[in-house]
Amino acid sequence: MPGLASRVARVLAVLTVGGFLFVFYLLPVSSILWRGRSWSVAVDVIGRGATWRIIWFTLWQSIASTAITLVVGLPIAHAIARYKFRGRAALRAFVTVPFVLPTVVVATAFLSLSDRFGLDSDPVRLPGTAWAILIAHVFFNVAVVVRSVGGYWSQLDDAPEAAARTLGAGRIRTFLYVTAPRLRPSLLSSAAIVFLFSFTSFGVVLILGGLRRVTIETEIWRYATQRTDFETAATLGVIQLVVVVVMLAANGRLQGRLAVQERTRPPSEVERVPTGVARLGLFGAVGLALVLVGVPLAVLVERSMSTGDGYGFGYYRALGNQDARIPLLPVSGWEAVGNSLSWAVIATLIATVVGTVAGVVSSSRRRLGRVTDIAFLLPLGTSAVLVGFGMLIALDDAPIDFRTRWWIVPVAQALIGVPFVMRSVSTALRSIDPSLREAAATMGASPRRVWREVDVPIASRAVVVGAAFAFAISVGEFGATTFLARPQRPTVPTAIFRLLGRPGDLAFGQAMALSVILMLITGTAVLVIEKMRVVVAGEL
Amino acid sequence: MNSEEGLRVEDLVVRYGEVVAVDGVNLKIGAGEIVALLGPSGCGKSTLLRAIAGLLPIGSGSVAWNGDDLAGVPVHRRGFGLMFQDHALFPHRNVAENVGFGLRMQGISRPERTKRVAELVELVGLAGLGERTVGTLSGGQAQRVALARAVAPQPSLLLLDEPLGSLDRALRDRLVGEIRTVVVELGLTAVHVTHDHDEAMSVADHLALMDGGMITRVGPVASLLSDPVDVGTAQALGVDSVWSVAADSRGRAVTPFGEVEGLRPDTAAVLIRPEDVRISETGVAVTVTSARRRDGAWLLTCALAGGAEIVARSTERVVEGTEVLVSVDLDNVSLLV
Repeated sequence: MPGLASRVARVLAVLTVGGFLFVFYLLPVSSILWRGRSWSVAVDVIGRGATWRIIWFTLWQSIASTAITLVVGLPIAHAIARYKFRGRAALRAFVTVPFVLPTVVVATAFLSLSDRFGLDSDPVRLPGTAWAILIAHVFFNVAVVVRSVGGYWSQLDDAPEAAARTLGAGRIRTFLYVTAPRLRPSLLSSAAIVFLFSFTSFGVVLILGGLRRVTIETEIWRYATQRTDFETAATLGVIQLVVVVVMLAANGRLQGRLAVQERTRPPSEVERVPTGVARLGLFGAVGLALVLVGVPLAVLVERSMSTGDGYGFGYYRALGNQDARIPLLPVSGWEAVGNSLSWAVIATLIATVVGTVAGVVSSSRRRLGRVTDIAFLLPLGTSAVLVGFGMLIALDDAPIDFRTRWWIVPVAQALIGVPFVMRSVSTALRSIDPSLREAAATMGASPRRVWREVDVPIASRAVVVGAAFAFAISVGEFGATTFLARPQRPTVPTAIFRLLGRPGDLAFGQAMALSVILMLITGTAVLVIEKMRVVVAGEL
Repeated sequence: MNSEEGLRVEDLVVRYGEVVAVDGVNLKIGAGEIVALLGPSGCGKSTLLRAIAGLLPIGSGSVAWNGDDLAGVPVHRRGFGLMFQDHALFPHRNVAENVGFGLRMQGISRPERTKRVAELVELVGLAGLGERTVGTLSGGQAQRVALARAVAPQPSLLLLDEPLGSLDRALRDRLVGEIRTVVVELGLTAVHVTHDHDEAMSVADHLALMDGGMITRVGPVASLLSDPVDVGTAQALGVDSVWSVAADSRGRAVTPFGEVEGLRPDTAAVLIRPEDVRISETGVAVTVTSARRRDGAWLLTCALAGGAEIVARSTERVVEGTEVLVSVDLDNVSLLV
């Protein structure tokens, strides 16, 4: 029987986590949906052909993005999971960089890519096409497949593959008939996350899609801000939420049905030095990763330094230059960096505390755990625009006027950081062999001592990894921040977006320079993530 | 053409980076022979097996089947079957699909496959379990499925990589017999890797002893047992006591148990089998240090006054620490070099 203290702790934990989710997600989102409730408008919106075209485009671009990301990510995941080669850890860190890059920066990188290679004017006009969106989504999400599928793959026993080979299956048939089915659980969970990000993608679609390529998310933004038509925005928000919930539920069901017991092994036992054909495959996979991730990032850096008269740090200097900034931004670029950093630090603290508690809750009790797990994925699948707007509206009439408080920005950012901390912590806790705890208990450790000696050391690394993710995500958060940060206090992503909306090389160059700075900041977070990585199945 | 049948391994070397796991192995296995590759863990026997299967790249030397060098022939075209230590069943397929996988790879039609799978599932004693998911099988059942799967495509050579390593003793004893029955019934050539000498001798007709990446002895089970020839072989084969001796010019040597005769000049030790060592009224005083149950009798390890040890066979258990007298029948000793 659990003691009173632990029961009180459990109730407190659930209250903290549930309260956070209620006040900062459920309340804002439901209040904006409530405000926009209008049966006649909803019927009208659903009856419109344009609405269905938008839904259709949103769906197919996110399904296509997911499929291409899986196809591109698998060879890289395989190389990292199974082959021992120099630079493997660096490669994994490298492909992770785009994932923690702010979407605004990702979009900017592809704008600069188009600019650099002349793809922004006829005959090839990349921005504004579905291709631009798909490529950017693959670039952004490939890390999910490489890290999550790769982590799972690296621990799969390779004997069934060897068995298939001795039974007459060549490499391709072995992959199709044995490896791919065994990877299904991990493929599905990665696909769910990539789909979620692509479906609700905001910055990328807004900047790269232009006026022609719009999704549910960007339309919500347009209706809510440009036309102040909350009824339509709310209807679209409900449609988006319904699709997300249906997809997540279907995916979860499928995962449950396909789950089989797998034998895991330490990665060191199944990895090998590639020879022959495998070597060629490895070169191909590494080349793919370098081109996909490296080229946009390199061009971004190149553009940021390509001033009118040769290469230099002109745009970076302009960020702090009074004369240059006045028509562009209310504050200097460096101040925006300061805003971003301080808010991100606070957001990380909040996300770490709430996420760790949520992670412990979701790892411990089966039913409650699953509910927590899904509940915190919802903010990722909800329009950030709606969340941001909802906070503006809902927390306004609450007993306390949250809106005038500066910390509403980090809270909104934390909402999106929590699932990363939670997942990192819960997978690490779940991966602990119960016999470790039993062994500690038989050696005379009390339950609290077991927790401190076994769980905490393993979970603390996972907390740091999750916190680093949360930090990177907070620094780059764009959708909700646009609404909550005041114009006089822009963050780097909102400053970049504003700069991109201005004509002229100076504005574009400064946007590039700010993007590079943001990339360096989030790149540091990746280094922390790699350093503290705990290899467990289903890691992020 | 050549008339040579079976497997020929010549000067085979396999490396893991700097480590030489298989160090110049020569081995010939005739068609229809069942050979056990016996050696301590880490001696390179599994590596040798995987190199023969084509799963590991070989450093130098050659592997040939029926006289044809297999260099450049990928695993899936060798037609060798392999049974794994942890069965390595496909976790996402049921029993019948596992067994039928090789037949499917051969492009055999579904009705034919279904028929053959049913026969094989019955052959390994699992009739009616074809639709079971492999996760629900017991350890012994899983190994039976693995055996059926490995023999289904009628491999020209069946390789067994410690297939019973993870099972308990009683199950192992039973499965050893079943494996042999299946292999003999199908007329297969087989190499069975194990570190257990009893298992090796139960399943195989021939033994190949391996140590430190090299094959030290090859021969029929019966002749190796009756005449192990050297100390290493004797120790690899079992629990018998090996007693160092130095023969005098007339071929005699003195042991604490009496005089041994008929020694050759190069004899370094004699092998005394437990069945020749009996607890009796008279004899040499020893102290029992441990007792083990084996094959319906007790094997007692006994220490002499000087610290040397001898193993005796007894029908009754003797508690550790007890002093007893043992007499040794020295007529049946084997001479070792």
